[in-house]
Amino acid sequence: MNEPLMIGGMALVTFLIRYPVLALVGKIDMPKRIFDALRFVAPSVLAAIVIPMVLLPNDKPIQRPADAIPLVATLLSALVMWRSKNLLATVLVGIAAFLILRAALPLFGPVFGR
Amino acid sequence: MTAVSTPRSEFLAGMRDTIPMVVGGIPFGILFGALAVNAGLSPFGAQAMSLFVFAGSAQFIAAGLVAQNVSALFIVVTTFVVNLRHALYSATLAPYLRHVKARWLPLMGFTLTDETFVTVFKRFEERGALPHGQWYFLGSSALLYTDWQLCTLAGIVAGRTIPNPQDWGLHFAATVTFTGMIVSMLRNRSTGLAVIAAGAVALIANPLPNRLGLMLAALAGVAAGVIGKSLFREDEVERPDVLDSDVTPVTPSREIIHE
Repeated sequence: MNEPLMIGGMALVTFLIRYPVLALVGKIDMPKRIFDALRFVAPSVLAAIVIPMVLLPNDKPIQRPADAIPLVATLLSALVMWRSKNLLATVLVGIAAFLILRAALPLFGPVFGR
Repeated sequence: MTAVSTPRSEFLAGMRDTIPMVVGGIPFGILFGALAVNAGLSPFGAQAMSLFVFAGSAQFIAAGLVAQNVSALFIVVTTFVVNLRHALYSATLAPYLRHVKARWLPLMGFTLTDETFVTVFKRFEERGALPHGQWYFLGSSALLYTDWQLCTLAGIVAGRTIPNPQDWGLHFAATVTFTGMIVSMLRNRSTGLAVIAAGAVALIANPLPNRLGLMLAALAGVAAGVIGKSLFREDEVERPDVLDSDVTPVTPSREIIHE
């Protein structure tokens, strides 16, 4: 493995995706329709990252109680964000819920039969 | 806005608003450093990748490919595909950055990530294009860049001592941050439709390699949002001006968006 070549190449292609569009699109008059459509990019990408991660943990459907922990913690964090509108509180509650549920999982073992 | 916006205040605001992203991202960075050295990258190479590429998910995938002994060229091509969504980010932010001097744009392009994009986009959506918007952007990306370097380093140091770092479940932390951002963006029905469509396509397209499913899902979400916008007749909903005319002397918003 040629590390400098790989890293240099990765850096170059990544920059060539990010920068030219930023520089060129800022110079043109963007049609309103395009501008309005691009406003859906952020929520769409976020959903596309989060939803498979919680519904297909390890790229498989939820089968065991342990698989459902990210989903439960994520739903709880969504609730916290909706009520509090505080992103930091949301993140801390979500991570705490994840850790507590995982630590408590053995307690539920007899209930769900693992 | 009551307080006067200065480069300094915008930079600090960008940092402050990015703190939740950093909290969610710390485990991600540590995990990358640990996985990279376990995959066979040199410690120096792992850190260099974070320093010069600065693209979390592409770095993860590259580390996985290093472990499989594929060619450098293959990894570079894969990185290109994985990072394609950043072109959508640049296009989304560009109209808000028209007044920014060209010399700042390479630095902003280099430090554009998922986290900075959503943070900055939310700010611009709510407040329009601020005169010091580039400083908000750079405050956000400077904090994330620093965080990413330190976490990579911590992961490299810890990596060889801890087996199977991917089993810790650490990557989960990022999903709660992103979930919070989704909730904060759900302000109308078309956005809800975009989220549902993107999530559904992401699930169906999950088996596709190189995060192509993510790109397809993003495009599906945008399409669904546009359809929803006309379906729900949201065309005339209130929208912040793209340029904040109170503080920006020259360009009124109508010139930014070509009707």
